[in-house]
Amino acid sequence: MSTQFSINNLKATIEGKEILKGINLEIKGGEIHAIMGPNGTGKSTLASALMGHPKYEVTDGEVAINGEDLLEMEVDERARAGLFLAMQYPSEIAGVTNSDFLRSAINARREEGNEISLIKFIRQMESKMKELDMNPEFAHRYLNEGFSGGEKKRNEILQMMLLDPKLVILDEIDSGLDIDALKIVAAGVNAMRSEDRGFLIITHYQRLLNYITPDFVHVMMQGRIVKSGGPELAERLENEGYDWVKEELGIVDETVGQA
Amino acid sequence: MLNMSTQTNSPVNQSLADALSRSKQEPAWLTALRTEAAEAAQTLEWPKPEKMNITRWNLDAFGQHKASDKVADVSALPEAVKELVPAEASANLLVQRNSGVVLSQLSEELRSKGVIFTDLETAAREHEDLVKAHLFTAINKNEDKLTALHAALWSGGVFVYVPKNVEVELPLQALLYSDDAEATFAPHILIVADSHSRVTYVDNVITNFGEGAAASIHQSIVEVIVKPGAQVQFATIHQLGQSVSDLTLRRAVIENDGRIEWIIGDLQDGNILSDTLSVLKGNGSTSDAKVISIGSGSQKMSLTTQAVHFGKSSDSNMVTRAVMKEQGTAIINGITKIEKGATKANGVQTEKVLMLSPQARGDANPILLIDEDDVTAGHAASVGQVNPEQIFYLMSRGISKQEAERLIIHGFLTPVVSEIPIEAVRERLHKLLERKLGS
Repeated sequence: MSTQFSINNLKATIEGKEILKGINLEIKGGEIHAIMGPNGTGKSTLASALMGHPKYEVTDGEVAINGEDLLEMEVDERARAGLFLAMQYPSEIAGVTNSDFLRSAINARREEGNEISLIKFIRQMESKMKELDMNPEFAHRYLNEGFSGGEKKRNEILQMMLLDPKLVILDEIDSGLDIDALKIVAAGVNAMRSEDRGFLIITHYQRLLNYITPDFVHVMMQGRIVKSGGPELAERLENEGYDWVKEELGIVDETVGQA
Repeated sequence: MLNMSTQTNSPVNQSLADALSRSKQEPAWLTALRTEAAEAAQTLEWPKPEKMNITRWNLDAFGQHKASDKVADVSALPEAVKELVPAEASANLLVQRNSGVVLSQLSEELRSKGVIFTDLETAAREHEDLVKAHLFTAINKNEDKLTALHAALWSGGVFVYVPKNVEVELPLQALLYSDDAEATFAPHILIVADSHSRVTYVDNVITNFGEGAAASIHQSIVEVIVKPGAQVQFATIHQLGQSVSDLTLRRAVIENDGRIEWIIGDLQDGNILSDTLSVLKGNGSTSDAKVISIGSGSQKMSLTTQAVHFGKSSDSNMVTRAVMKEQGTAIINGITKIEKGATKANGVQTEKVLMLSPQARGDANPILLIDEDDVTAGHAASVGQVNPEQIFYLMSRGISKQEAERLIIHGFLTPVVSEIPIEAVRERLHKLLERKLGS
């Protein structure tokens, strides 16, 4: 079944401050949507709120994934329903090896008694790591501990590839990546493009979109999507910046919730 | 079976210690040692560990001496005990049940090399000179009421002697268990590793009393004498029931270029006073201590590791990690003391406590006492909770909250457990951690 993901009038606060002021977005399987915008406009809040980060409180709106009410679900249930968030700052967890973690995550999606066999798991993991040009040693390292910024991002993509999600959110996946790593990550994402999977790419540089061509581009300011278009919108933003959008819409301060 | 007309909680007096010693046909010096200690115990005070009042722990409930009948081999042991003895370990095995040792086996190969592995009572008769020269040399029997009572009342116990230049490959294993809450359970463990010898000793200390057992204590003293160039690995896992207060003191004296490694799993369900000290007497002597503990229920735990440096270029490392659940209280002390003249000494300690419950309490007290300038020393201590960002991260991959916590808690202990050099101990610890964390 092709994925249907819809966000309707989503509002969210952090410590009582409203950051998301009514987001509307529809993503279908096979589509890649990019959300762009300057810092402090609520982009990462949208990603975290969709995943269910406990710091954010959703105060209004609906989010549905394939007809199921996402906002009613716990974080792990959202993941098992098909949502995947590649995080901007992935946690480091000492004492838990990358491979133990990945296997737990895969098995969390399977029935008890039907766990993935160790050999099959290792084969899958090693082939994906090779695709991402990751040192096989990373399988046995503690999860993200001592990983460089680029290594952490590759590790996020590795998880995405192994977990086969329905709706992928990439939150600033390009930050901290050199151009070679960026190409590898983009190739990983492109390899995952399929008719039943949707993508939401959050970035404030157009650079990534040279390698992953979006179908739709949205600009976020003041906690709302203020402008939408096709890939040409990203190019214009890269060339001209955001000032023309602010001027066009009469926005003076594009940020939201700043003290 | 020795029958004495004493009741649990009766005061220990000289005549009791005297009668115990005579019943065991101990040499006169040992009888004198016991009676002197019994006398001293009447006026000495209980130890006062940092921030922990142990005097409420039924410290007098040392029970009465109840020796058990010897058994012919492992197959004659109760099932619950037998499963703790790995098949390959049974060649070099000692089992104490309640107040007395019931089984003691040593391979012919080690025997022919002059290795001694027997209960301390037998050793005091058959290897009198060795025992006399070392017993109560790593600890003063009159240090406090606890040591004096132990000196008066110990029974069973373990004696290990490894002659010069002998390297023992397989671990010597002891199983110290009690299934009678009214029996005295007070083994004394004495290990002497002669020059350039090497040995690994592993024990499991267990009670199996069932529900509703009366309060009792396990009091134990370990002395390890590490002669020049010798290496001793000492691994111990304590798994005592909720009604038992465990009072265990461990002392090692390490001579030139000798090494001790302590591996301690404090996984009891009752109160714990666990105090482990390495005296780095010799130049180039080294000590490494790893302590793992899980506190649960309303357990009170005082866990102390200490290193005292006298030798030049001596080196100590101490790591303690504890997970605290429910209403458990842990006071964790690390004491590194470097004496004047111990130049180029290095002492490092780390204490970390992971709190799983708002009602639990964990204190980490790192103490460095340094009287010499030309040294290096360091400490790190932390008390923290499971990081909610980490939980969120794991859950965002579909892992349930419960499983995420389990991964993080195991991850907290794994870096220490995985460094344990003895595979059987590592596996046993993993199993016990799983059990105590899961409950």
